[in-house]
Amino acid sequence: MTALLRFWSSHRSEVAALLGQHIVLVAISTLVAVLIAVPLAIIASRRPRLASPLTGIANIVQTIPSLAMFGFLLPIPLVGGIGARAALVVLILYGLLPIVRTTIAGLRGIDPAIREAGLAMGMTDRELLRIVELPLALPSIIAGVRVAAVVGVGSATIAAAIGAGGLGEYIYRGLSMVDTTVILAGAIPAALLALAVDGLLLWLERSLSRRRGDARRVATAAVALIAVVTVSSGVAARSSSGAIVVGSKNFTEQLILGELVAQTIERVGVSVDRKLNLGGTLICDRALLTGDVDLYVEYTGTALTAVFHEPVHSNPSAVFETVRDRYARSGRTLLAPLGFNNTFAILIRGKDARALHLTTIDDAARETSHWRAGFGYEFLERPDGFPGLAKAYGLRFAESPRVMDLTLTYRALASGQVDLIAGDATAGLIKGLDLFQLEDNRGYFPPYDAAVVARSSTLLRHPQVREALERLSGQVSAAEMRAMNYAADVEHRDIGEIVKEFLPKLFAAR
Amino acid sequence: MPGGAIEFDQVSFSRAEGRVLDGVSLSIPAGQVAALVGRSGAGKTTILKLINRLLLPDSGTVRVEGRDTRAWDPIELRRRVGYVLQDVGLFPHMSVADNVAVVPRLTGWDAARSRARADELLELVGLSADAFRDRWPEELSGGQRQRVGVARALAVDPPALLMDEPFGALDPLTRAELHVEFRRIQQRVRTTVVIVTHDMGEAFALADRIGVLEAGRVVAFDSPQAIASSHDAHVRRLLDAMPSVPRA
Repeated sequence: MTALLRFWSSHRSEVAALLGQHIVLVAISTLVAVLIAVPLAIIASRRPRLASPLTGIANIVQTIPSLAMFGFLLPIPLVGGIGARAALVVLILYGLLPIVRTTIAGLRGIDPAIREAGLAMGMTDRELLRIVELPLALPSIIAGVRVAAVVGVGSATIAAAIGAGGLGEYIYRGLSMVDTTVILAGAIPAALLALAVDGLLLWLERSLSRRRGDARRVATAAVALIAVVTVSSGVAARSSSGAIVVGSKNFTEQLILGELVAQTIERVGVSVDRKLNLGGTLICDRALLTGDVDLYVEYTGTALTAVFHEPVHSNPSAVFETVRDRYARSGRTLLAPLGFNNTFAILIRGKDARALHLTTIDDAARETSHWRAGFGYEFLERPDGFPGLAKAYGLRFAESPRVMDLTLTYRALASGQVDLIAGDATAGLIKGLDLFQLEDNRGYFPPYDAAVVARSSTLLRHPQVREALERLSGQVSAAEMRAMNYAADVEHRDIGEIVKEFLPKLFAAR
Repeated sequence: MPGGAIEFDQVSFSRAEGRVLDGVSLSIPAGQVAALVGRSGAGKTTILKLINRLLLPDSGTVRVEGRDTRAWDPIELRRRVGYVLQDVGLFPHMSVADNVAVVPRLTGWDAARSRARADELLELVGLSADAFRDRWPEELSGGQRQRVGVARALAVDPPALLMDEPFGALDPLTRAELHVEFRRIQQRVRTTVVIVTHDMGEAFALADRIGVLEAGRVVAFDSPQAIASSHDAHVRRLLDAMPSVPRA
């Protein structure tokens, strides 16, 4: 608890900014959802035949998991990609159903005698809608908006996976650092925000159905309030245009490397927009292609197999050349490697290694038939991942491998839930949790040399940035990387601070 | 043709369930009060809805102020014909004054003029404007609501007024009181009124002419005196159903 309070007070401005982004995401998406859903519902209530297909489609949209929805949208121009725009599209889609449904219900629930009175008085259809039907359906509409907004607060946390910001940043960051404090630092304000939104809209809904005559005034006030909040925080959030956008994947080492690159660029006086914690290799690659991100740190072996689908290869310089050429063909530049090779590390518990005298994967292959394995999603799928590994070493396990978040596999291994995992060779937790890395004695894994990949046009525009980044090459050893990961994962130190300490050392070493 | 006159010429109307009106002919001179009497389902409300073009006849013609309702712009026609509904139909989300001012506002009156008119009408129907203009429909008694309904229907001096069982849901005392009010108001505004009721007593209390409907046909349309002495079987049945109220 005190750790949480300390975290909040030391990250005061960041918490405020993320909360602001979160509110903006939810406010804008809910507002747009209202503007789309209410007219749709009106049309549906006028043409009953349209009503059930409409709610049917909205229902289907609602059942798509939000992470999958981000995935679908990724390659679509204009609405897709990463960042706030794509997040808004998803949140708007989710907001439609509850509002459409309650608006239709509200319009249908109006006493036919009242509608007839309006008609008999010579109201046109429009006047009937404006003067009679919408005001009477308003409490019902607000009830839908309430559901949409509360769901939106929850879904918006997932938007951090595509770099839209918001409180989900802390949740993802905490997950990747296996740090409950950081998770709670995002989850608690998100939950409170959901409760606050729910309470506010419930109050509005109640006061509207009690004092019907004030409906228009209250609704106008509410819309004005939302608009003011949206615009003002939107203005506050939009400050970093023209900056270089630095991306990273969503695990500790990537966050550190992203920060390292960002601070290096800032040292030469160019402003940086951090889009760290993106959902994975594919999202980073797409973002780099579309220009949502200007650069990030990739690993040569990952680029070779996961991005370019080339066969696995074990010669480091050959892999680097191949990947650099492939990147160059799509307008991207791969800079010289940073120095360390973050290969996959096949890990077991230290005490098992000592008790059974295991040092290589071949040694372990004798034991695996009564072991369980746990892997991250990527490792199971990648051509340089589990299927090839199992074939190369003839690995067989007691049951099929468990799939879990990469960062959780270390804890699962240490606590005995699984007996073998595939982690990162540079992970700080290897030392922190007394894990043992088995030697890849058959040379199965390709090299995973970390290197900055950037949009060539960005480097041309900012030659001083290229120069600064090139000075990083060969400067980060595996030991140094592991030490920084250890500082973040085990000592729970702030990543910005870790990098700030490391950078001068690095430049002094030249 | 004088303002507000209403004519039905061989009008028939059917719904999916069957024929509602069968060759109805009526003529209501301007400024008169006509009461349509008959049991439920005899087609009384349908006649009202044909007058303000909420419905159009299948055959025959309905003329308001000499013009076929098919030729009227429905919106314009409805704004010239006040309508007091069976269950009042006050808008629950509007104050009493706003309810009364609906049609003036629709026809483009400014707020001040509409407000003044609403006050005037509330006084006309016997409600103190100061006490009632800012009240809500749900706070009113049945009789007060009915008065507001009448005020709303009279808001733009309509040449004709349609009333669908306006006093049906009221206790006998309030009803008698409103009958007196109605005659007073009618003498002042001199509008043509078509009032639908299933109560022969009410028809005698209010109307210059009484029409008796039976299964979609008009079996009698005449002065109250002539109706009272009619020998038609349908008319007699309705007269016999009247409670024998000793008249003072």
